[in-house]
Amino acid sequence: MAHRLAPGFADPVHEGQAVFRAAMEALSRPGRIRPLVTALAPPGPLTPELAALALALTDADTPVWLDAPLRADPAVAGFLRFHTGAPLVAAPAEAAFALIADPAHCPPFTDFAQGTPAYPDASATLILAVDTLSDEAGPGFTGPGFAGQVFAGPGIRGTARLDAGPLPADWAARWAANHAGFPLGIDCLFVAPGRLAGLPRSARPVGAEASPGSEALPCT
Amino acid sequence: MNPSNPAAAPAAVTVSAGPGYSFAYLDAGTKRMIRRAILKAIAIPGYQVPFAAREMPMPYGWGTGGVQVTAAILGAADVLKVIDQGADDTTNAVSIRRFFTATAGIATTTRTAEASVIQTRHRIPEAPLVEGQVLVYQVPIPEPLRFLEPRETETRQLHALAEYGLMHVKLYEDIARHGHIATTYAYPVEVAGRYVMDPSPTPKFDNPKMDDCPALQLFGAGREKRIYAIPPYTRVRSLDFEDHPFRVQSFDRPCALCGAEGVYLDEVVLDDAGGRMFVCSDTDHCESRLGESCLGETRRADGQTGEAA
Amino acid sequence: MYVAVKGGEAAIDNAHRLLAEVRRGDPAVPELTVAQIREQMRLLVDRVMTEGSLYDPDLAALALKQARGDVVEAVFLVRAYRTTLPRFGATEPVDTGAMTLARRISATFKDLPGGQVLGPTFDYTHRLVDFGLADGDSRDRSPDPAAEAEPEADAAACPRVTDLLGQAGLLEPSPPDAGAPVGDLTREPVDYPVDRAVRLQALARGDEGFLLALGYSTQRGYGRTHPFVGEIRVGAVDLEFTPEELGFPVGLGTVDLTECQMINQFHGHGAVPPQFTRGYGLVFGQGERKAMAMALVDRSLRAAELGEAVAVPAQDQEFVLAHCDSLQATGFVEHMKLPHYVDFQAELDLVRRLRAEHAARAAAPPPESDESPLREAAE
Repeated sequence: MAHRLAPGFADPVHEGQAVFRAAMEALSRPGRIRPLVTALAPPGPLTPELAALALALTDADTPVWLDAPLRADPAVAGFLRFHTGAPLVAAPAEAAFALIADPAHCPPFTDFAQGTPAYPDASATLILAVDTLSDEAGPGFTGPGFAGQVFAGPGIRGTARLDAGPLPADWAARWAANHAGFPLGIDCLFVAPGRLAGLPRSARPVGAEASPGSEALPCT
Repeated sequence: MNPSNPAAAPAAVTVSAGPGYSFAYLDAGTKRMIRRAILKAIAIPGYQVPFAAREMPMPYGWGTGGVQVTAAILGAADVLKVIDQGADDTTNAVSIRRFFTATAGIATTTRTAEASVIQTRHRIPEAPLVEGQVLVYQVPIPEPLRFLEPRETETRQLHALAEYGLMHVKLYEDIARHGHIATTYAYPVEVAGRYVMDPSPTPKFDNPKMDDCPALQLFGAGREKRIYAIPPYTRVRSLDFEDHPFRVQSFDRPCALCGAEGVYLDEVVLDDAGGRMFVCSDTDHCESRLGESCLGETRRADGQTGEAA
Repeated sequence: MYVAVKGGEAAIDNAHRLLAEVRRGDPAVPELTVAQIREQMRLLVDRVMTEGSLYDPDLAALALKQARGDVVEAVFLVRAYRTTLPRFGATEPVDTGAMTLARRISATFKDLPGGQVLGPTFDYTHRLVDFGLADGDSRDRSPDPAAEAEPEADAAACPRVTDLLGQAGLLEPSPPDAGAPVGDLTREPVDYPVDRAVRLQALARGDEGFLLALGYSTQRGYGRTHPFVGEIRVGAVDLEFTPEELGFPVGLGTVDLTECQMINQFHGHGAVPPQFTRGYGLVFGQGERKAMAMALVDRSLRAAELGEAVAVPAQDQEFVLAHCDSLQATGFVEHMKLPHYVDFQAELDLVRRLRAEHAARAAAPPPESDESPLREAAE
């Protein structure tokens, strides 16, 4: 490797705790944006926020899948391997965590581990770096993805709107199917510069056209 | 570990972790493992996530699950409250609070409103919890079906199939036999319309507080190696029947010390001639009320409340 | 005026001071050293290492001193300390066939290659209290220790009895080492049903008394397995570790082990011809009782695998594994000492109410109850 390895957390104990706590709050309150501050300067398309979550949550016990842009730059794998020791896997289905720098081309959810009826926790967490991320307090987003999508369910008082993008055009249908499969399914963490939001499988889309169970999932 | 913290007990510290131990005792890898379990528990409300509980320096059954959850979430800025039976000054609550003071050097409090993390055994505080707080329950037997079906392999399938008929049969047998549902604590609840969950041995008086609670509720069972969660604002329904709706205990007299009504009371035996009185189980609630009415000396009589106020 | 109970903190501090005092005992008696415990209470040290899952005689001895000789408490100290230790990886499998033997006996053959080596054992001692020990070193009174000592057996000449039987196909072969990762119940929660490796790990950590009773129960008809002691060997084995960066094994030293290979009758089923089956026990140091009990229970827990009915406690892996750990058991049993008055209050109220209703049904005039202020109200 030509260039020097970018450093990890300066204070692993407390930075790791702070990042985890932000993720815990985000998943506990779906659709509400949390600040996520990190000084990491990871290589290539790996954003500081993706790197922060990877360092906080993954290790030798968690297979990690990288999407195409992250795989394309070997410095990303080098950085993650050194700082987390996590095995990088080629098949999405084997991953406990998926790091996604190009969310518009996120593979179908069904490519990832969904858990089993006896162990629904044996399922993947997708961490997606989006360009736009806002909630009810922020401006709406007009591109493809979650434009104006509203959720209800555990962690949400009444309803909550979350806008994130860019995402695949069929994202709403995917999410509806993902939620319909509860307690199986995947969970998402969206990161953007300086902030994150969570979307657990328990988040029920409200008022979306896509009816639960519509299996409009093929996408590349 | 943190001699500079004024909250640390002066002499004979209960748990002196000493140098070489990690912040909040657990190493980074163990914390990550527990944290991942917590995230899945939040995503699947009421489902018991298996986790590789570690052997902690306090006995199984004494709060090791709650301690591991607390250790995994705790940050330097947190303010911790620990209660047992609603009280901050019971010996095990004191011991656990000291453990975290010694190993994490964090601030502690007895005030519910000032705490960001509250670890509890058997009670939910009387003061309503708010957003941003985390309530960590110590759980002895996380499986609500365990006393109906002792085998883990069986109960796991029952949860997978959402087959909770056994529980309803048990509750109904109570009614047939006693005229009441004879479960007074650890009263089973259904979380977000899916999983039946054990709320830990809290009196059923506290069950309604779990419903639509603004705080995050985390449950840790160390010996049984399970973590589960109720996210904020989640529907938590106590199991019941149309003709036998869920009811909580209520007391027909106020706390003898602070006069509080609508709270859970401890019965205190005063003598061997049948003398007894009823006082708040939640000591902070009682002291706060006494403080407001300038009667604080009664409850604070020997002063030893605490490391932090 | 009633004053709520306070002073938990002062009570804890005082209790700890008292504990330190009684631990020391009469200060006129010289204090025990860790080395004395390690050398002279060695079987106790071995048990603490085995159930504590940590091979460290000095630490186990210190734990015993700190625990005032309470074995379970000492195991607890060792386990809690173990939690904080970094984990570098797994050693190479130890080869008990290459053990430097201190003791080796077989109950299945009168003589066998390498012979029987009695070694240091309580077997055949008459259990008469040796009052001479009270006065000091008993060796001073022994005739000639050198003459009594048996020559150390030659490892190369002592093949395991199970290997001898296996050659003839009379004994089921040892399961082949597929190189698959071995489960570790200290790092992954137990997910029933578990494989034999995880069961053996649980049994090795399990409480000696519990396993002894369970093993005994199989001998009395609760899941009879027709066991024979194929071999018990006690001695030292080399420990090797292959660091990732080196790629070849390096020696870490030696550990003392006791291995028990139990041979059990089996009538075969379906395609499997009648042959003997194995039960296996392995502990740190010298611990024959535990190793034998473990081997009995291991064989019983193989019932399902061998097509036998699972009908008795020793055959039921959920029952055995969920209850064999002394720390889990003692923690939960002893936690009943913690206050439960909130729950008891709820039960007290219910019983009072049921009694009042019972009395009412008995047609007695309902007593004026000022005793229970607790009633139920709609939520």
